[in-house]
Amino acid sequence: MRLRSSNAMTTTTLPIRSRMSPSRREAFWGLVFIAPWVIGFLVFAIGPLIASLVLSFTDFNLVRPEAMRFIGANNYIQMAGDPLVIQGLVVTARFALIAVPTTMIASLGIALLVNSPRLFARNIFRTFFYMPIQIPLVASTLVWLGFLNPETGWLNKILGMVGIAGPDWINNATWVYPALTLIGLWGIGNFMLINIAGLQSVPSELYEAARIDGAGPWSMFRRITIPLMSPILLYNLVISMITTFQYFTQAYVMTNGRGDPNNATLFINLDLFREAFVNDHMGYASAIGWLLFVIVLMLTIVLFAFARKRVYYAGGEA
Amino acid sequence: MTATRATRLPSFGDGGPVARTMRRYLVRSSVTLLAVMLLSGFLLPLLSMLTISLQDAGQGTISGAPFYPASPATGTFQGAEYDIYVVPIDGVDRSLMLVTKGRVQSTFVDPADPNQTPIVWQGAWRTLKQSWTFDPKWSNFATVWSQLSFPRLLFNTAAVAILSTLGAVLSSALVAYGFARFRFPGKNIMFVILIATIILPFQVTLIPTYTVFTKLGWNGTWLPLIVPHFFANAFNVFLLRQYFLAIPRELDEAAMIDGASPFRVLRSVILPMSVPALVAVTLFHFFFSWNDFFLPLLYLSGKPDLQTLPIAIQQYNALYVTQPSLIQAAALMTMAIPVVVFFLAQRAFMRTVVMTGVEK
Repeated sequence: MRLRSSNAMTTTTLPIRSRMSPSRREAFWGLVFIAPWVIGFLVFAIGPLIASLVLSFTDFNLVRPEAMRFIGANNYIQMAGDPLVIQGLVVTARFALIAVPTTMIASLGIALLVNSPRLFARNIFRTFFYMPIQIPLVASTLVWLGFLNPETGWLNKILGMVGIAGPDWINNATWVYPALTLIGLWGIGNFMLINIAGLQSVPSELYEAARIDGAGPWSMFRRITIPLMSPILLYNLVISMITTFQYFTQAYVMTNGRGDPNNATLFINLDLFREAFVNDHMGYASAIGWLLFVIVLMLTIVLFAFARKRVYYAGGEA
Repeated sequence: MTATRATRLPSFGDGGPVARTMRRYLVRSSVTLLAVMLLSGFLLPLLSMLTISLQDAGQGTISGAPFYPASPATGTFQGAEYDIYVVPIDGVDRSLMLVTKGRVQSTFVDPADPNQTPIVWQGAWRTLKQSWTFDPKWSNFATVWSQLSFPRLLFNTAAVAILSTLGAVLSSALVAYGFARFRFPGKNIMFVILIATIILPFQVTLIPTYTVFTKLGWNGTWLPLIVPHFFANAFNVFLLRQYFLAIPRELDEAAMIDGASPFRVLRSVILPMSVPALVAVTLFHFFFSWNDFFLPLLYLSGKPDLQTLPIAIQQYNALYVTQPSLIQAAALMTMAIPVVVFFLAQRAFMRTVVMTGVEK
């Protein structure tokens, strides 16, 4: 389609009524261009969001969809006493408590290291520390499962060489969390890059001034780097938390979806997946989905509320 | 440097230029060494993958087997094949063929010189260590290639990734252009909503979407993995919009005065100037799709002919748990293309992460 009158801005002598006014035409085109997203948002986001809220109050299943009945808040009541849902939440929270801090500290530590002016060939290190995030998650999980295998894996063989009897990383309900956290270290690439950009944005005059005042490296890190990096650390924290609540692939690959050992890897998402696609409890699974949504939303709000007090934004507006 | 200084050895406490340079290099080398050690540990699982992928299936479970891919060494004596053991004779370890096994004494033959008189060794042969030779099993890759029907998996994965990337880049460019260049009512709030969809967990929209796709008969086809990407997504739009905003408006206005339609401006002015951003979005989306596990698991589990790599190797793993070398070979083959492309285009990848993560 060609718009012949697109020079209307210069030909203001044209009668207004015969054509759209320039501002209306601009709005028209703007809406035309964003239409794909608007349609997608309605069809793939808002529509399903509302639909799943409705479904969460039903006993909907795919085998007999016509027999769907509204059962009020029964799904939510059942959820509160469902040991598997509770286990899923506990497992997810337990893993988040280990994995999120590890990710935050490791990605900041590596960022400090590869950003250090004292390091030779910084770009090469940066590239290699980032690289594992490009490996398909299933493949990297399989690589780590081979590495962590209690009998044949290299980790326990290396530990054995220095006289440590390595644990059963995969079949032990306690050690499986450190194991999954180790696997997660291959995913720090994005956080690391964002941290590097943050470190580089700290004005170097601040460090110079602090050095003149006799500050050591640790106090400069605590009193300059951390406060100035806080918006970036908050962003990383929120994203890392959301990712943990979406945790699925690694746990699924590790136990072929069984949640072994002893339901220790039954992440809430795995439970949802089984309720929906194994047990065909679609209504119940929708309720679990909504529970997750509300939890993630609340955690995000709490983090941002916390941030309002503690995060430093350059240019005032604390 | 003065003559008196040069005569004595520079010490670290010295403030002289040689000592200072020396100290700086020492610090730099130790930091670099630390980084090398950390990185080696970080990437050690990759070396373990490569090594195991070249081993014979059972090697990992045999005690006394080396860590590198190897098979027991053998030699021939009078037409028969015998295993080679490490035999301590007179304080020297010799690699000899074990010809006659005995509990108290055994007979050995030197594989280098089989015509020599056989050596009788006193002691239990079971206490001896077997000798291994380096022997990579390249055939593991061929086995995985044919067992998994790898060419078909590559085709499926690439086809899904290309189609969904096409949709994602096209639609995101249109939407980003709309947000970057036009004023319309509700624009700001719509942009905020767009960004907010990033925190919308996929689980909360999953069941209705799955139900509708199933009703449409799309379950067991590629359509659920492709069609939704034709409706733009927040990360791509955000990135492209940032880029479009940096292009001077005078350029579009000049084209408009020459009679170009908004579509034409996008095609002839904006897109040609945004190649780096388009490349970045393309790469990111391509490998997002290439690596995706959940949706193929959901829609293609029962369709071996249409499956993509990640789901196929997961099923392969579940089937061949006792064959670690084949699993590691499959993992290596699955990561080969993404890793190679990453190294070729690492700048584009890494710059994009920083753009979306920091500059908002």
